[in-house]
Amino acid sequence: MLHIDKLTKTFGQGDKAVTALDSTDLNVGRGEFAVVVGPSGCGKSTLLNIVAGLERPTSGSVTLEGEHVTGPGAERGMVFQSYTLFPWLTVRKNVEFGLRIKGVSPAERADTARHYIAMVGLEEFENALPKELSGGMQQRVAIARVLANKPRMLLMDEPFGALDAQTRLQLQEQLLRVWRQEKATVLFITHDIDEAILLGDRVHVMSKRPGRLVEEVPVDLQRPRDHTVTVSQDFARLKKRVMDRLFRELA
Amino acid sequence: MVNAHPSIRTLAAYLTVVAVLILVWKAAALFLGNALLPHPEEAVAAFGHALGTAAFWEHFQASSFRVVTAMGVAFGLGFPMGVLMGGSRRADGLLAPFVFLTYPIPKIVLLPVFLLLLGLGDVAKIAMIGLILWYQILVTTRDGVKLVNPKYLDSVRLLGGSRMHIVLNVLLPAGLPHGFTALRLGTGTSVAVLFFVESFATSSGLGYLIMDAWGRMNYPDMFTGIFGMSLLGAALYELANILEQRVCRWKFTQRGSRAD
Repeated sequence: MLHIDKLTKTFGQGDKAVTALDSTDLNVGRGEFAVVVGPSGCGKSTLLNIVAGLERPTSGSVTLEGEHVTGPGAERGMVFQSYTLFPWLTVRKNVEFGLRIKGVSPAERADTARHYIAMVGLEEFENALPKELSGGMQQRVAIARVLANKPRMLLMDEPFGALDAQTRLQLQEQLLRVWRQEKATVLFITHDIDEAILLGDRVHVMSKRPGRLVEEVPVDLQRPRDHTVTVSQDFARLKKRVMDRLFRELA
Repeated sequence: MVNAHPSIRTLAAYLTVVAVLILVWKAAALFLGNALLPHPEEAVAAFGHALGTAAFWEHFQASSFRVVTAMGVAFGLGFPMGVLMGGSRRADGLLAPFVFLTYPIPKIVLLPVFLLLLGLGDVAKIAMIGLILWYQILVTTRDGVKLVNPKYLDSVRLLGGSRMHIVLNVLLPAGLPHGFTALRLGTGTSVAVLFFVESFATSSGLGYLIMDAWGRMNYPDMFTGIFGMSLLGAALYELANILEQRVCRWKFTQRGSRAD
């Protein structure tokens, strides 16, 4: 479904050039939940921004279902770590936004928006403004906004990174439910190893700068999963493997 | 009082300020003697009387028309241009030098030129007030739009939006609070300029009323004009305030008030 081929990104030129990504390959299959985990500053956000079309690669290519990615598009939905809901629109108007751009009729987009707002459990808040909600609620709206646009793929850049531990756990479980319901394809970036294993079908470990994917860890934990899986033996084994690889990078 | 409606609190604040000012004035009048400064009760009585005359309201209306039209025109031209300059680096590169090189020039000195070119009627007066306010709205809006979170722009593009969608759905709403703040703070300047432009070549407006009464050494009448202009200024400020809170409701809601 998503093919990332020898992707390289260099910022600056000459002596001051910094290579953020170095010949990175990655494939994500349809319906797969792929996670990239890496130390901070390793270029994992750069990778996601290129897939989203917000940045251009220096060389290499990204294709989604055979089509080359050359810029941002509605078929790839992105959720950022920072809150990006439009503060002047209500929850429902935010969720409707992509559909409005597509020219969907008001009645139809209201229905679609309500469906996804309910999916993230915020039906009581459809007329609230983002500012009135907690950070976790805002991220749930951000996820609903992207889903309502029916993208072929979800891109998530540490979406729960700014939340407290309990809220993060709740949102991870909710994301797993939504992913199953929507049969979504996800590329998820995080530096949290527990999160990576809890969510992912495969965890890709990225090296420190210049970023390269140095190990692929298949997560063979049974689905559906919830937070109880994080205390299992199998989870600990996987976590150790990812951690060892990451610590070798940090050493 | 603490739980009273905000508009009642505003009114109470205004009345308190008026009461304090009147006390200070009374002390000054007693100190200076009646020839230079009328006692506040005389001035207030004259103002109360004037409020019942058609002549006062004609002046008030003439002044309101000039200043409100000028504010509308300044906002109508300054706000979109501010959004354009704040949102487009190319437009900014082209226009910013013109705006910022002429910004420090005191526009008020151009009044004689305006009167020569636009005549002695309302057009020159409105243009003068409008020009000064236009700069303030333009520059404040431009700077505000420049500060918009770039993630909002990315979000529009990632949801499939074009440049036009960014302008209409992000830059415009993000600029509105800045434009309205400039309009609200500009009411003071606008009324000050109004007074100045009304002291020339006209026989209508509160500025004229003040200058005419001053010339006739009719100080209670002069204060009627001064009160009228203060009333106009306060009304415009509150109007801009209400407009801002209506249009930018999202700016005034409480953070996290419905959080789980």
